Amino acid sequence: MIQEKIFQNTLYISAFCVVALLIAIFCTLLHASFPAIKEFGMHFVYGKVWDPVSGEFGALPFLVGTLLTSFLALIISIPFSLAIAILLGEYLKKGVVATVLKSAVELLAGIPSIIYGFWGLFVLAPIVRNMEIQLGIIPYGVGILTASLILSIMIIPYSASIGREVIRLVPADLKEAALSLGATRFEMIKKVILPYARSGIFAGILLSLGRALGETMAVTMVIGNSNFLPKSLFSPANTMASVIANEFAEATETLYLASLVEIGLLLFVVTMIINIVGRYIIQKMSVET
Amino acid sequence: MKANNIFVRIIKDRVFKGAAVVFSVLSILPLLFILLYIVKNGIAVINWQFLTELPKPVGEIGGGIANALVGTGILILIACLFSIPLGVAAGIYLSEHRTGKLAYAVRLSAEVLHGIPSIVIGIIAYIWLVVPMGMFSALSGGIALGIMMLPVIVRTTEETLKLVPGTLKEAALALGVPYYKTILKVILPAGLSGVLTGILLSIARIAGETAPLLFTAFGSPFMDVNILKPVNSMPLLIFNYATSPYPEWHALAWGASFVLVVFVLTLNILAKVISRK
Amino acid sequence: MKSQVVRVESFSASFGEHRILKNINLSIPKDKVTAIMGPSGCGKTTLIRCMNRMHELIPDAQVTGKMFLYDEDIYSMNPILVRRKVGMVFQRPNPFPTMSIYDNVIAGYKLNGIKLPKTEQDSIVEDALRKSALWDEVKDALHRKGTFLSGGQQQRLCIARTLAMKPEVLLLDEPTSALDPKATSHIEELIVELKKSVTIILVTHNIAQAARVSDFTAFLYLGELVEFGPSKKLFTVPEDKRTEEYLTGKFG
Repeated sequence: MIQEKIFQNTLYISAFCVVALLIAIFCTLLHASFPAIKEFGMHFVYGKVWDPVSGEFGALPFLVGTLLTSFLALIISIPFSLAIAILLGEYLKKGVVATVLKSAVELLAGIPSIIYGFWGLFVLAPIVRNMEIQLGIIPYGVGILTASLILSIMIIPYSASIGREVIRLVPADLKEAALSLGATRFEMIKKVILPYARSGIFAGILLSLGRALGETMAVTMVIGNSNFLPKSLFSPANTMASVIANEFAEATETLYLASLVEIGLLLFVVTMIINIVGRYIIQKMSVET
Repeated sequence: MKANNIFVRIIKDRVFKGAAVVFSVLSILPLLFILLYIVKNGIAVINWQFLTELPKPVGEIGGGIANALVGTGILILIACLFSIPLGVAAGIYLSEHRTGKLAYAVRLSAEVLHGIPSIVIGIIAYIWLVVPMGMFSALSGGIALGIMMLPVIVRTTEETLKLVPGTLKEAALALGVPYYKTILKVILPAGLSGVLTGILLSIARIAGETAPLLFTAFGSPFMDVNILKPVNSMPLLIFNYATSPYPEWHALAWGASFVLVVFVLTLNILAKVISRK
Repeated sequence: MKSQVVRVESFSASFGEHRILKNINLSIPKDKVTAIMGPSGCGKTTLIRCMNRMHELIPDAQVTGKMFLYDEDIYSMNPILVRRKVGMVFQRPNPFPTMSIYDNVIAGYKLNGIKLPKTEQDSIVEDALRKSALWDEVKDALHRKGTFLSGGQQQRLCIARTLAMKPEVLLLDEPTSALDPKATSHIEELIVELKKSVTIILVTHNIAQAARVSDFTAFLYLGELVEFGPSKKLFTVPEDKRTEEYLTGKFG
């Protein structure tokens, strides 16, 4: 049967294409950033100066900018996402309130990042600027803090939904055992659910970090685009993603372009590791239960 | 135990639950603010002219987003043409081969592809398509978006088809139906609503994507349906107008944001309705 | 006309390391009901699955020996042709959920891409539904989804779907195991009626059912064919000690 063969082969080739696509992406990034890797080596990672005019490219300001915004966003978002996860995973499993809250969180995840950036630029940045005036520092409005705030709103839905899933995975008999021993709901959550779901919640936070690291548009619009090492949480900066967004289209020299691609390569590798580790933890947890 | 111990414990329990509620509500507030702000600023701009006219130069009153609407349509179409056949076929492969080295590699790859920052996908489309063709184009933008859709379609196709009972496959094969017809005419139709849901969700995911279009589709003030030329899109238009210094353009960007949010949310709701059936 | 429809010669089957069938020899008489019974795990389902090569869906299945449909070697035919001539009905009713009752019956033709004039389709559907004693119940609802029917009706729909292909042999794999007693007696009456036009092989773990409906019975135990003969004789004066023990409930 010739059609049978064709069909089987089509499936096989399509599946293979997905793998090939990923490998091709990695190889392309590696190849295109090769001039920069050869020129700067490890210095690329800790070089403080990014100066396209003199052809010196050190990515440290962007690494610091990315790490600062992402971790700050994580810290801001954790209490909120944990609250939603516990509320939806334990207190409100069904009912109107649960549905509304769940839909709202899904909506939050569905809004395009450009909209967050736009809103951040026109609503959040002025608020931060006023705050800076009150505090007596240079009132940029845009900067690391503003970017972190926007990012934290954007990642809440991700960590909350993963957190909810892993909290649901905690076996009911464990919870009932704790309650039947006279524990209050809070004690049961603290002593049974959270320890049990710890690794899963950690994975959720890790995966949100992966999203925060790679988030581009919202950050680009509110971070202030400065290629110098940030001096404080209020100073303008650039993240790895935002510097690519800002400069890629105008980078004409080989070395300049290769340096930007190398930043992309770093982002790719870091998010890949984070995703694989995060998925692995969650998979292990759902297999165990 | 002391007598007031139980009292303290109950207070703690109440406080904790209260805190969970307060924090949850607080995290919904930005959503309300954003939606309110968009509706307030967006609806005022929207009229027939806004939807059907081309953008006008700075200083002239009016102008619309027709080219961005058409451009987004073209980009989504290209992305679908690239990702749906490939993604559904790979998804079928996964549901038919639950174990095996290739299946494992495909699942892992889809996972990693899903996590790649969108700006990196933009770089890839730039190197693969814009550089060889010598210009920014709708094609390169569409492919970039297609790469982002692909993992979602692969996963949802696999998940849905796995839920189709194996007895249906047996029934068709026992009637002497060839394997490929069994898959295409029995298994796939049985899981169609799930596959459609996945496609809609993936379109919702890319409709608002800006980063991969910055140096692929690039944006354009003209109405152009040639896929080898630069094309405007809704998110690109919002980005360019929002970061411009002109208040009239900001107003247009709010209008475009409103249209984009309505479009994306409609897709999400549609996907939910279909998956419930 | 030959009187033997399916002939099994020194046939063995295994899944990976696991041997399921050991050197089976068997001849299935034409237009009779042959029951294959035995405790669960004895290989009875595997045996009939090998008859239309459905076992090939399992990746590491291996068979040795021969099987013939009349004089044709089943294992040198195209499996798709084998399956059209040797129809099969499964333990659980499995109508196609996306199709109407009508489309379910004609599915074998439609899915195979065989184009028939509308009138011929109509007559095939009516004929198959009449044979499976479902016509009177569904003739006014032919274009409703098959999944709305009761379990017993669904199973008869599956039988109609198989009969529509005009098979030489009808394999029934514990067709009543998912049904209530009333629906079961319906199906049993149907089996007796159907043997006028088609050879039936019925797998069952229900001794009483085998005794009620079959003309011949094969008793399988641990992958071996212990005894095969006319049902009347096998159920009253079994030759083998193991058959006797099984019939009197000593094991299984």
